Amino acid sequence: MPNSIKALLETVMDPEIPTISIVDLGIVTGIASPQPGHAIIELTPTFSGCPALRIMEQMVHDKLAESGYTHIEVKTTFNKQWNTNMITEKGLIALKQHGLAPPPKHDGYIELDVLSDTPCPYCNSRNTEMHTPFGPTLCRSMHYCKNCLNAFEAFKPVS
Amino acid sequence: MEFTEKHVEGLKELLYKMADDLLIIGHRNSEWTGLGPMLEEDIAFSSMAQDKIGQSLALFELLHELGESDPDTVAFTRNDNQFHCSQLVELPIGEYDFSMVRHFFFDHAEAIRFEMLADSVFEPLAMVARKFKGEIKYHTMHADIFMQKLAAGGEESFSRMQNAINETFGLALGMFEPGKFEAELIEAGIFGGEAELQQRWLDKVVPLLESFGYVVPKVESTEPAFGGRHGVHTPHLQPLLDEMTEVFSIDPGADW
Repeated sequence: MPNSIKALLETVMDPEIPTISIVDLGIVTGIASPQPGHAIIELTPTFSGCPALRIMEQMVHDKLAESGYTHIEVKTTFNKQWNTNMITEKGLIALKQHGLAPPPKHDGYIELDVLSDTPCPYCNSRNTEMHTPFGPTLCRSMHYCKNCLNAFEAFKPVS
Repeated sequence: MEFTEKHVEGLKELLYKMADDLLIIGHRNSEWTGLGPMLEEDIAFSSMAQDKIGQSLALFELLHELGESDPDTVAFTRNDNQFHCSQLVELPIGEYDFSMVRHFFFDHAEAIRFEMLADSVFEPLAMVARKFKGEIKYHTMHADIFMQKLAAGGEESFSRMQNAINETFGLALGMFEPGKFEAELIEAGIFGGEAELQQRWLDKVVPLLESFGYVVPKVESTEPAFGGRHGVHTPHLQPLLDEMTEVFSIDPGADW
């Protein structure tokens, strides 16, 4: 049963990055179905202040309801804290498809030199510079590619 | 170990001061939206504001689980003397130099506080602290970059930043005003205490500022701006609260 729920959640897309599902984003931290028709889902925020979270809770709820689940609980918890290493390989590709440089895998070391060394999602050049670690949403930073002369955004690494 | 009543009281006091600090600095940061000296700074302060207010919500949720009112009620229906934020965070944004120095002092203290709390025996708090640690990394990085840039930005830039450091240092020390239950929190392993936090903060910010070329005032000869943790505030907090709650006060049941 949890597997069929997971398959459904793989069709729920991030409202701000419509190429990536919430499963590939790594924010679904718990799926349970104690009996037929029941679904208990745990989500965890990418950022504590992410305004899309309530929308995603609702999207999960709606998806399960339209698929026949009658008892649905969607909880947001910090029990398992999200970090960018939890984004799946498929998710990293999906970010790039949306024009966002995917975050590098990290071991907790996130400093300026890591951020400055972000390859351009358009031409793959490393001849880029970071303009600011803050962007249009909490999870993005802003960069400039000196090779193809495009401004681009990156999904920033978070530990 | 079993938590006694004093442990729970101490825990609530700790959560209130952290949540209030974050709620108030978040609102102050948001006042730079549209006014930043350049677009990137406008976005930086607005993004940090969003993080802070999100973090305060998570802490108010923990308080709610410990029996306090729901987050909206707690955030929007108290008067200034019921707030536990430090006086540092409630002051108006002033000039950019002050806001930047406050941001530097506050965020380094928060980063260390979350680091200490990541090992708390009170697991719900440890879990959010581990989450906040990763988020605040970007705040301290931002502050460090600008403190360094502005130190090297010419005579006027340096002297304005140095003056802001001199004027803000005592306010920053006010963040570490001890609570009533320091000993209990330390003994239970809930939190390592304000004295340890202040020492670790000094060990971090003093060498950093000196490496940028600033002179840091001496702790021994600086009067800490205490009072905030016990509801004693500057005249600047109540007008901010009035503004934050303007719509709520007109129509508490409003939905939007």
